[in-house]
Amino acid sequence: MTRQMTGAQMVVQALRDQGVDVVFGYPGGAVLPIYDEIFQQNDIRHILVRHEQGAVHAAEGYARSTGKPGVVLVTSGPGATNAVTGITDALMDSIPLVVLTGQVPTFMIGNDAFQEADTVGITRPCTKHNWLVKDPAKVSETIHQAFQVATNGRPGPVVVDLPKDVQFAQGTYTPPQQANLGHYNPQVKGDIDAITQLVEMIESAERPIIYSGGGVINSGTAASQLLRELVDATGFPITSTLMGLGAYPASGKSWLGMLGMHGTYEANLAMHGCDLMINIGARFDDRITGRIADFSPKSRKAHIDIDPSSINKSIHVDLPIIGDVGHVLEDLLRVWKSRGRKTAQAGLEKWWKQIAEWKSVNCLYYKPSKQAIKPQYALERLEALTRGHDRYVTTEVGQHQMWAAQFMGFEDPNRWMTSGGLGTMGYGLPASVGVQVAHPDALVINVAGEASWLMNMQEMGTAVQYRLPVKQFILNNERLGMVRQWQELLHGERYSHSWSEALPDFVKLAEAFGCKGIMVKDPADLDDAIQEMLDYDGPVIFDCLVEKHENCFPMIPSGEPHNKMLLGDASTKDAIQQGGAVLV
Amino acid sequence: MSALKIKKGTSKHSAYDLRDPNAEVMETHTLAVIVDNEAGVLARVIGLFSGRGYNIESLTVAEVDHEGHRSRITVVTTGTPAVIEQIKAQLGRMIPVYDVHDLTVEGPAVERELALIKVANTGEKRVEALRLADIFRANVVDSTLESFVFEMTGTTDKIDAFAELMRPLGLVEIARTGVAAMSRGTAA
Repeated sequence: MTRQMTGAQMVVQALRDQGVDVVFGYPGGAVLPIYDEIFQQNDIRHILVRHEQGAVHAAEGYARSTGKPGVVLVTSGPGATNAVTGITDALMDSIPLVVLTGQVPTFMIGNDAFQEADTVGITRPCTKHNWLVKDPAKVSETIHQAFQVATNGRPGPVVVDLPKDVQFAQGTYTPPQQANLGHYNPQVKGDIDAITQLVEMIESAERPIIYSGGGVINSGTAASQLLRELVDATGFPITSTLMGLGAYPASGKSWLGMLGMHGTYEANLAMHGCDLMINIGARFDDRITGRIADFSPKSRKAHIDIDPSSINKSIHVDLPIIGDVGHVLEDLLRVWKSRGRKTAQAGLEKWWKQIAEWKSVNCLYYKPSKQAIKPQYALERLEALTRGHDRYVTTEVGQHQMWAAQFMGFEDPNRWMTSGGLGTMGYGLPASVGVQVAHPDALVINVAGEASWLMNMQEMGTAVQYRLPVKQFILNNERLGMVRQWQELLHGERYSHSWSEALPDFVKLAEAFGCKGIMVKDPADLDDAIQEMLDYDGPVIFDCLVEKHENCFPMIPSGEPHNKMLLGDASTKDAIQQGGAVLV
Repeated sequence: MSALKIKKGTSKHSAYDLRDPNAEVMETHTLAVIVDNEAGVLARVIGLFSGRGYNIESLTVAEVDHEGHRSRITVVTTGTPAVIEQIKAQLGRMIPVYDVHDLTVEGPAVERELALIKVANTGEKRVEALRLADIFRANVVDSTLESFVFEMTGTTDKIDAFAELMRPLGLVEIARTGVAAMSRGTAA
């Protein structure tokens, strides 16, 4: 069925046909026709954010917690440029987003018109793909194509730039079934010969490790199920990147905790000492590998990834398998079972003994305190008091993010939303808004540092307006904790601009926003305060004053290999020298 | 923690140094990239090269299928084998890209470049320029009493050689198209 309608009507119809139920956005001159159409319908809910960056992070939270693409609607010029950080964040973490931007009318493009920016030019390197739609006849088809590109293959953000005259113009609507979606069709099935080779490796490996990543979450809940089946059936130890937490449950018996710069001792040493590394949907990020030349020197490496450009990008692998994690794991399990479910039992038992030894180091140990709340303790208590809840956790970026990854347990995929690749301070609050919109009855907590949180604190207004009971759990050390830590370890304790002298009173701030504020500084009061936060039926800003100079350990200094971890304050003196200081 | 035997002051390698420190040889490859001829496609390809720090030695682009709106981008690039593989993978995953051919590894290929070369001179130098043009099979496409514009087709090396010979003979300017390339034989 084809219908005549305006470009703006086509936008709304296309979103409807794509199954979109919520859009995060902010109106402005160049998107007024679309906003007019949104006003006149009830199928698609619009969440008015307070800043366009917030809209994109909220859409990311929505997407990451549902597995569906997030949709953003912003105006031209500053609307689009404000969205750029969020779009880049989504690209780095492979989050599917469709970002619709208004543009000045086609006849004014290039004229330095009011609120004009070269949106497709600016967003070209930070999107998976983008389009400027100049022909009204192409509006609906382009939006359908945008969803196809955003969600297929390695997911990512796309931008559709819509000039205002195109929104007003009449055209024929093309429904998704009739749209020409182009030739983009990435391979999802892995090469069966390569998969069989991996099975052979699995059968003979004596010191294997599975290293899983965000790709497992992106592949869907079925992929997480298959991963669990593989891990449990083989008895192989598993670690995960920051992005992949929850794909395998933290309570699972083969779980070693997160790996990487602030990962556990046992996970990193197992990575270093393994003889078979199976990378499932991760990308050998520099936070994971440390020094490339000394990365897991004695292992054979297999890498399952849907993006061919991830293969051999930083780490040379022996066995690449290009395909969707879910499809590949399904074939892998089938082949492995059909060949008799073999593993090298004796070697594996020795390997687990070695891992148990590493575990006994108790790398997440911190010195408890009765005077100050240790941030790790705060998260342990938060974890204990919220375990069993229908819980989603977002974070900002910094020490608190790493502590949350270390001290909170994730039992299921899509429950953990964090800015991994780009490391965007200001991600967590808007992301929690997006998660809560998608899951209105769930407990949504943003574990934050006060500095990150202030970067997008305006989004508390969104939370209050839409009665989203997000819990902002701020570990307040009055410092840029991770910056401070690096300055202590790398820059001779010269704390250049890493503390805030004029922080707001968060309780009063909460009152000003029209929500609840709770402040706690005595460890003895912490449990009651957390319980009060959980019991309150609305958004809460929880100001948890913590130990100011706590460092996040374990830590692999930049440029060091996995077996050169720092475990605690005692080991840090002079451990990092000039050469390491040039790295991020 | 001394039990860990951390060697002090060993951080000298960059976590970002993705290239093999044992300096693999640099290779030059000619890639033919078939793309949708949509707005901005060339900017995408060039942006990929500049954004990721790859080299472009030469680049030519034109629509080769007017009905299907497909363009052929021929790009000559240099890098270590690993970087060349990355370039191909990065190009291959771009949405408007249909195909990436590495003509340098896919078997024998023909590479040609077209150049216009202006030489201004008189007397013996003028005669010499004309003689050399004949040897290089360059055509005269414009002439005054004191100048020639030569047109020549050939490999990059051949044009380089001719341009070098023209330098002492009054070379004024040179315009080159960059390399167009195609595999030999029947297959596309």
